[in-house]
Amino acid sequence: MRVEKHPILGDDRRKRDAAIIVDGDRVEAITGEPIAAALLAAGIRKFRVTPRFGSPRGLFCGIGRCTDCVMTVDGRPNVRTCVTPVKDGMVVETQAGLGAWADES
Amino acid sequence: MKSGIKYTGIPSEEELRASPGAPSRERLEQGPVAFIECVQDIPCNPCEEACPFGAITVGEPITNLPELHGDKCTGCGVCIAQCPGLAIFKVHLHYTETTSLVEFPYEYYPLPRKGDRVPCGDRQGKYVADGRVVSVKNAKAHDGTAVVGVEVPKACYLEVRTICRKEWSRHG
Amino acid sequence: MKMTQVAVIGAGPAGLAAAIEVARAGGLVTVIDENARPGGQLFKQIHKFFGSREHRAGVRGFHIGEQLLAETERLGVEVLLDSPVYALFPDRTVGYVHGGREIFLKAEKIVIAAGAAENPLAFPGSTLPGVMGAGAAQTMINVHRVLPGKKVLMIGSGNVGLIVAYQLMQAGADVAALIEAATQIGGYGVHAAKIRRAGVPIHLSHTVKRALGKDHVESVEIVALDSHWQPVAGSEKILGVDTVCVAVGLTPLTELAWLMGCEFAFVPGLGGHVPKHDLNMETTVPGVFIAGDISGVEEASTAMEEGRLAGTACAEALGLLDGQKALELKTVIRERMNALRTGPFGEGRRRAKECLIGLSLEGQA
Repeated sequence: MRVEKHPILGDDRRKRDAAIIVDGDRVEAITGEPIAAALLAAGIRKFRVTPRFGSPRGLFCGIGRCTDCVMTVDGRPNVRTCVTPVKDGMVVETQAGLGAWADES
Repeated sequence: MKSGIKYTGIPSEEELRASPGAPSRERLEQGPVAFIECVQDIPCNPCEEACPFGAITVGEPITNLPELHGDKCTGCGVCIAQCPGLAIFKVHLHYTETTSLVEFPYEYYPLPRKGDRVPCGDRQGKYVADGRVVSVKNAKAHDGTAVVGVEVPKACYLEVRTICRKEWSRHG
Repeated sequence: MKMTQVAVIGAGPAGLAAAIEVARAGGLVTVIDENARPGGQLFKQIHKFFGSREHRAGVRGFHIGEQLLAETERLGVEVLLDSPVYALFPDRTVGYVHGGREIFLKAEKIVIAAGAAENPLAFPGSTLPGVMGAGAAQTMINVHRVLPGKKVLMIGSGNVGLIVAYQLMQAGADVAALIEAATQIGGYGVHAAKIRRAGVPIHLSHTVKRALGKDHVESVEIVALDSHWQPVAGSEKILGVDTVCVAVGLTPLTELAWLMGCEFAFVPGLGGHVPKHDLNMETTVPGVFIAGDISGVEEASTAMEEGRLAGTACAEALGLLDGQKALELKTVIRERMNALRTGPFGEGRRRAKECLIGLSLEGQA
C-alpha cells in the first residue's frame, strides 16, 4: 500500500511511470524506487524461499546488508531488492534457494 | 503499575504538579495559558525562543525543564508548534460559561476542519468527551505541526489532549 | 590514480558535515557513499530535532538533510554515489566499486563515517516476511512512501522504537502495541507520550515469544517477563498484526576501521566495539578519522558535530587552518556537542565517550 497522503510530507505526486513483471504478473512501479518498495506497495511480501527448508524471507534491514530480500532480477540471482532501483520492464522472480543464472539453465 | 512518564509514557499528576512548565490553578482561572508537559531533563530549548513574550525560560544547561512565567504568558499558543516533543498545550479554562478550550499539536492525516465535532481523548488516547473544533492553525512556520483547538465541557480541560484519531478518521 | 586531500566515507550527517568543514577551509574533499542518494538516514527522519538553535532544533531531519546537501553543493564538494568502499590501504588509498569497476582514490586524510546497522532479534518466526528493522520500515514509509504492513507490533522503547511507531501511524498504519523487555521506557518521555495519546499501549517487562504465519506474519505472541527476565507462564497474549518492527539498538559499522588496523575498545554504552579516537576524532592510525555512529551510536545531531570536528581537525592537519583558528572552531563545536550530552539521557553517552577518548589517549602516552 502506498502512502498517498501524509501530514508532513504532503501528497505523493510521483507518477507510476514504470511496470515490472513479478513472477509473470505486471506490477506498477516508480522508476528509481527500490524493487522492494514496489513489491510492498503491491502487497507482495515473500521475496524468496531458503535453500534447505523452503521457508519464506522478505525485507528485513532495508539498507542492503542482510541480503534477506534478494530475488532473481532480469535472470540474475541474489539481487538485493531493497537497494536496487526499479527500471521499466524489469523481470523479477521469487528466488528459490540460491537461485540460478538465466544463461546457465 | 508504577506511574510516571518513564513507566507509562504519560506524565503523572505529581510530575505535572512539580513541573515548572505547568500553570498554577490561579493562572488557569485568569485566562488562556500555555501548559508545558515536559518533565524530563532532555537537551532541548526551542520553546524558549518561540515565545515572543519571554514567558518560557530554559537557560543553561539546555537540559533544564522549561519554566512557564504565567504573568508573561498571553496564551497566544505560538509555542505549541515549535516544541519538537509536541509537549506544549494551551488551556483556556473559562472559554464560555460551560466550556473550556484546549489546543494541542496534531500531526496526522486527515486534519479536522473548523466546526467538526470530534471525539476528544486524554493522554492515553482514551475517549473523554465530544468537542467542537474551533481552530486549525497550520501556518508555514509550523512546518506541518497543525495546532487544533477544541471546545470541550469544562470538567475535562485537564484531561483532553488530543483527538481520538482512529475513532474519528473512521467517521471521516 | 584519482587524488584528493580528504576522502570521506559515508554521505550521512557526519560525513557531509565533515566534508563541509574541509571545503570551507579551502580543502579538496571527496565524499563516497554506497547509496544512490546522499543524506544517509537523515531523509527518513521526518520529526523535528531536539537541541538548541545551533543544533537546528525544531527543524525536521529531512530538512536538515536538504540544508547539508545545498551546502555541499555550494562549496563544490564532490559526492560519489553508488560507490561502495571495499578497501583501505595503509597509504590511505581508498578502493571503491562504481558501475561494476574498481576505482582507487588516493587521499591525504580519511574520515570514516560509515554509520551503524540495526540489531536483529532472534525469536521463533523472526525470519518471516513482515518482521523487519524499525529503521527499514521507517525508510519504506518516509522515503519510499510505502507501508510495510497495516498493523504493527513495535519491539523496543528507545527513541527509534517510539519515533518509528509514531511515524507508522502518521503514514496510516495502526500500531497494536509497543513492548519493552526492560522495566522502564528507554527513550524520551515526550516521544512515548505522543504514541500513548494515539492510543498505543506500552507493555514494559514484555518480550516477543514468537511470530506466527505461513508466508508472512499473521499474528504475534507476546509474553510478560519476571524480575529475572524469565517468561511468566500463562501471561502469553496473541496480537493480530501483520508486521513486527524490531528496534533493539544499533551496532557501529566498523569494518573499514578494522581493515585499516585501528585499535578498538569495547564500550557497551556506545554500541559495542568502537575504534579508539582522540579529541579530534582521529583514530590510532594517523590521518584516519571517524565521525558519527561508527564512533558510538548517538543521534544525528551529535553525528553532525563529530563530523564538523573531524573535518576541522583534517583541515588543521593539512595546514588549511592555523592552530589558533582551528582551536577556536573546535572549542565551539565541542561545547555544542557537550550540550547534547547532558541530562539523564546524554550523561551516560558523555561518560562512555570520555572513557573511549581516555583509553585512546592512554595508548598514546
